[in-house]
Amino acid sequence: MTYLGQFALWAAVLVGAWGAALAFFGKWEERPALATAITRSSYALCAALLVAAVALWKGIFTHDFNIEYVAAYTSRNLPEYYLISAFWAGQKGSLLFWAVVLSIFGALAQALTSQRFKAMLPYVAGIVNIVAIFFVMVMLFGGANPFERLAFTPPDGRGLNPQLQNPGMIIHPPMLYLGYISLTIPFAFAMAALLAKQLDAGWIVAMRKWALTSWLFLSVGITIGMWWAYVELGWGGVWAWDPVENASLLPWLTLTAFLHSVMIQEKRGMLKRWNMGLIVGTFLLTIFGTFITRSGVIASVHSFTQSAVGYFFLGFLMVAAILSFTLLYTRWPLLQPEAQLESMVSREGAFLYNNLALVGIAFSVLWGTLFPILSEAVRGTKITVGPPFFNKVNIPLGIFLLFLTGVGPLIAWRKASAANLRRQFIAPLLGGIVALGALLASGLRSPWALMSLSVSAFALVTVIQEFARGIRARMTMHAEGAPVALMRLVARNRRRYGGYVVHVAIMVYFVAFTGLAFSTKTTVDLQPGQTASLKSAYGHTWTFTHLGVSQYEALNRRVSAATLEVAKDGVKMGTIKSEKRQHVDSFGNPTFEPSTEVGIRSDLLEDVYVVYAGSPDGTERASFSLLINPLVSWFWIGGGILVFGGLLTMWPGGPQVKTARQRASIQAGYTVPLAGVAE
Amino acid sequence: MKPSTKFALGSVAIVAVVSLLMVEGVKQTGTYFLTPSQLVAKAAQDPSLHDIGVKVSAKVVQGSIKRDPAAQRVDFTISDGTRSFPVTYTGLVPDTFTDKNEIEVVAEGKFGRDGTFHATVLVAKCGSRYEAQWDEMAKNKTT
Repeated sequence: MTYLGQFALWAAVLVGAWGAALAFFGKWEERPALATAITRSSYALCAALLVAAVALWKGIFTHDFNIEYVAAYTSRNLPEYYLISAFWAGQKGSLLFWAVVLSIFGALAQALTSQRFKAMLPYVAGIVNIVAIFFVMVMLFGGANPFERLAFTPPDGRGLNPQLQNPGMIIHPPMLYLGYISLTIPFAFAMAALLAKQLDAGWIVAMRKWALTSWLFLSVGITIGMWWAYVELGWGGVWAWDPVENASLLPWLTLTAFLHSVMIQEKRGMLKRWNMGLIVGTFLLTIFGTFITRSGVIASVHSFTQSAVGYFFLGFLMVAAILSFTLLYTRWPLLQPEAQLESMVSREGAFLYNNLALVGIAFSVLWGTLFPILSEAVRGTKITVGPPFFNKVNIPLGIFLLFLTGVGPLIAWRKASAANLRRQFIAPLLGGIVALGALLASGLRSPWALMSLSVSAFALVTVIQEFARGIRARMTMHAEGAPVALMRLVARNRRRYGGYVVHVAIMVYFVAFTGLAFSTKTTVDLQPGQTASLKSAYGHTWTFTHLGVSQYEALNRRVSAATLEVAKDGVKMGTIKSEKRQHVDSFGNPTFEPSTEVGIRSDLLEDVYVVYAGSPDGTERASFSLLINPLVSWFWIGGGILVFGGLLTMWPGGPQVKTARQRASIQAGYTVPLAGVAE
Repeated sequence: MKPSTKFALGSVAIVAVVSLLMVEGVKQTGTYFLTPSQLVAKAAQDPSLHDIGVKVSAKVVQGSIKRDPAAQRVDFTISDGTRSFPVTYTGLVPDTFTDKNEIEVVAEGKFGRDGTFHATVLVAKCGSRYEAQWDEMAKNKTT
């Protein structure tokens, strides 16, 4: 099967290069047959890479340990579902995964894009082919070939790193990869628009769902990553500002900015250059992230084996940056804005500040991530900045952004009148003030927490107000009941109301982050029967009684499990179990270092989080780290709301579109005027 | 004033705030990240380094780890090949922190005037590489 896999990789390179050459140098504008051939090269590339993927999976599922990759990441006793994720658990497999998925997306973009945009499609195919074959070339020439064989056949594989043996790890990396990978499609459309000089809002319409898809995958990937870090790494937090985490956040930030600023281009014909710059920047940040993750230039807890592969990405990053910015520069005069900003107090103004804040955050995160390298280059000593730096910079900017989340959807286009402002903002401002008062009354004194929570309340009321007004308008105009009105309101304006739902999700994340800042912690050493206690941020006293340590064997590991009985203010709340695991291969030999499974008891108010840190040999005396983390559940609830809102925004269908004018207004998401505002 | 000028002023204000936050952030939270040789050399030059938090990255000298479970304390020695000094850390150690094979650690804390590094944060990386294992396995197979 490895021969088939190798052959498929080479076939992919050849067919991809052929298609790209035709796309850029074959005069396909006058020859429709040639344009079709370029589209088909995308399909052929996809087919070849699918064959390669099947070949690798075959090797993994048949335990062919003669293949180095299979021996390095799987073992005979690895549960079957982890065999699936072993495909992308290592450097080499994940490169193949990337190439395969990109080629699938490329083929889908060819098949699903409306024929209105056919002048761009061959260029899109060309760009996607080049990016895909770059990945294949890294496999073939960068010493990262997943089909490489060993000189001997080990009796069993090394197994999958226990920290990756977690359900979150089956979903988290592919979600992030899917987000990263699908970003190539909007980038390809942007490049195609520049190459074909089709510089109206057409390319934005053609790629908008791709950008949303990508944003949704990134958001889900990041959230599941937070969950994984929380339940698996045992330090009790969800976000550590680690370089690799930052690398996933950077494109998310710029893509979020892009999704907002394209609305201004669609509606007003402004910001054309900025949008091009943003999408190019976002694509480059995904490659940058891949470079950071795989090169080991910046110390991180998430490590692929350090290898030269990273430098291929650095080279690709530079070439892609030079080519795409040069192309943008040559088309600069064609990207004249069609309108000017009329007032700062307008939706355009709010969106511009939203963009600046998002890009500002992205820049500070990039700066903080690269600071060790920069300081070493400039001053000769490595200086690192940690979470305090990122928190200090990003908390104020984040709250400003949250405020704009409330302002943006309500403020009028072009120029907001005093009446518009009064009408829209009285209720939300009252909401914010009431929340502030209530929090002060409850004894909260931290200024950042007060701001974060009351601004969240302000933004939440803006969304509720929007829904309420829309529903009321439908109830009077169409004589519908409230539930029907809500359904139809959302169904007819999916982009707008889906967007509001996503905004609510973001507010929920802010609340959860604020809660996590009030986490309390202690470490204790207990004999069986002994009790420790810890006060939570709400003032409750939790007590923990050590019940003892039990040892047993499971499928592929030996387990020591310590159990604590917990009580809140003296009321028994059940037991929490935390484990130390020593993974073994099928001959019973230990593999990897021991790992820890934390025990968590979760409710809407707070999580009780127990880490069993081990016992001296042969005794049941145990060390524990005990944490009480307020509001953590709300991250996962926010994630659910976000997915729901995102899907709502993208759900196909919607109202019948007859004229171009209607289409334009629906795509901009504003078919229903604010109730009561003169049309 | 034209709206575009106003917007430009607003943008400058945002950029200025971001820059200010970043500069202040680096000043207040930036930490030296050094090897033992660099740390010893720097501390000899500038004794005030003993009073601020630094990060040091080095290998743990094999066999030097002494644990005191009751006090949750570990003592060990780190080295970069040329310089070495003792480290003391109180708290729970990561799973990967063992004496079985050579490990790399990043310790964050203060380098005391007594020549002992008092760590408050300890991160351990597993230094073993797959390639070495394959060689070992191949050897076992032939014998």
